[in-house]
Amino acid sequence: MSFISLLWVLLLGSLLGLELIGKVPPTLHTPLMSGANAISGITMLAALTLIVKAEGNVPLLIIGSVSLGFALFNVVGGFFVTDRMLAMFSRKPSNKK
Amino acid sequence: MNLPVIIKFVIDLLAVLLLALGIKGLSKVKSARDANRLAAFAMSLSVVGLLSYYLGTSGIAIQSWIWIIIGSSIGSLFGAILAKKVPMTSMPETVALFNGCGGMSSLLVALGVAIFPISNSVENLNFFKSLINEVSISVSIFVGAITFTGSIVAMAKLQGWLSTPGWTQSKLRHFVNIVFAVASLIAFFDLINGNTSSIWLLVIVSSLLGIGVTLPIGGADMPVVISLLNSYSGIAAAAAGFVVDSQLLIVAGAMVGAAGLILTQVMCKGMNRSLVSVLFGGSLSAQSTASSGSGEYTNITSCSVEECALTLEAANKVIIVPGYGLAVAQAQHTLREVTKKLEQNGIEVVYAIHPVAGRMPGHMNVLLAEADVPYEQLKEMDVVNPDFPATDVVLVLGANDVVNPQAKNDSSSPLYGMPVLDVQEARTVFVIKRGMSAGYSGIKNDLFDLPNTSMVFGDAKKVLNDLIGELKDLGVGEK
Repeated sequence: MSFISLLWVLLLGSLLGLELIGKVPPTLHTPLMSGANAISGITMLAALTLIVKAEGNVPLLIIGSVSLGFALFNVVGGFFVTDRMLAMFSRKPSNKK
Repeated sequence: MNLPVIIKFVIDLLAVLLLALGIKGLSKVKSARDANRLAAFAMSLSVVGLLSYYLGTSGIAIQSWIWIIIGSSIGSLFGAILAKKVPMTSMPETVALFNGCGGMSSLLVALGVAIFPISNSVENLNFFKSLINEVSISVSIFVGAITFTGSIVAMAKLQGWLSTPGWTQSKLRHFVNIVFAVASLIAFFDLINGNTSSIWLLVIVSSLLGIGVTLPIGGADMPVVISLLNSYSGIAAAAAGFVVDSQLLIVAGAMVGAAGLILTQVMCKGMNRSLVSVLFGGSLSAQSTASSGSGEYTNITSCSVEECALTLEAANKVIIVPGYGLAVAQAQHTLREVTKKLEQNGIEVVYAIHPVAGRMPGHMNVLLAEADVPYEQLKEMDVVNPDFPATDVVLVLGANDVVNPQAKNDSSSPLYGMPVLDVQEARTVFVIKRGMSAGYSGIKNDLFDLPNTSMVFGDAKKVLNDLIGELKDLGVGEK
């Protein structure tokens, strides 16, 4: 990937993010924050790449592994906790809004 | 293009699409839960895509598998346990902790690549390429470190482990932070010049900057900071995407970064604060005590729980205004018992939810939902405001600034312009409060002086428990 096309990806991704949450009811601010937070743990992919490409370099393997641990803590915890919050809203089925 | 590349390309594209749909769905009550699961699915899909790509191309060494399994199982296990165990009232600090760890992960990736450059047999590192590499590594470390230390400080402050030290309210803190910022800039340029060891300087000063910026911020502004740090962790992820050349990381990181920024803006609006004043203004109470707003109360009516119960019994329509104090006292379940009794007596009860009620926007809704309050009874500010004149009793529980009429009437007030609940329009207002202390804005609340307002002093949970007893004595809710 050339650097310029990566910059395009960055730009379009940011615009997408700006557009996605135009109107959010205040009810959902906390779950949305925590859900988006879980997605930011996507750095687990970078950690995985690091481990795969380490080629037997043990310190790098350890750094990658710790990084992967932190990322997955973020991802798994984030999604679970968001689900817990949202489960409370859906327990009573609501008809309006 | 060979097969593994095509498969990874398709999976990445699909993952981005699902993540976008996930974020979109999270902004609607009906679809939120499914959307969260969709996003989680998209994340696992992206892992499968990445692993299958490496399996199909370079292969994954056994040693790598071992470290992958160790790291991922420990991280997931702790994450899952914490997510299951943590009480709903501690949600803001939990999100902060998770967020900090995301930042730490980006930091470590960049650090790893910086210390041990990944062997790149295909691409020849020319000057331009290596410059980009170093810039993205620096950004990833800088933002990652700020996210990590900032989030940890935010968590510690919300947990009450850390208070705001006095010196951080003076002008000195700006000087200190500027020193940290300049030092990170120096480290950054030094790094680009090829001095690899300055990476440690960058790690240290950006970590200190994260602490220095977050420490002076008052507890009630913390949600805004967490939301902003959440946005940063997205930026850190995008920077890490540049480091390892992953489009998926860049898109996802950028989406979270941008969405987080919007959310931060929305929260600031709800509190009538600008982002700049949250970040650099220090805690609000420090400035406003000197300015207007502070003044003596002249016409306080205090009343007993018994009187409150009697008035409630005679009411037809009651509106509850829950706030931060209710969340702190963890009194949402007790409150629900009170309202159940009133409902059994045929009294109409609704909850007026200010956009920033609780410890975080939307936090109050989560807490009340946990206490089994039907979603239909939670009314947002704009919906409920016209109802106050036709309301007999308003119970204000641990809310303060969000019911201050100054925001509407007094253009000299620092609160002026902030959207508030018009509780003073109701026939009777009961404010349940520990004492006469001001809200986090430090501003006198004109509501307390109004003739139709009575104060019931005491801890929210205790007062509500007493109220249940009084209502029982009156025979309310026993049919």
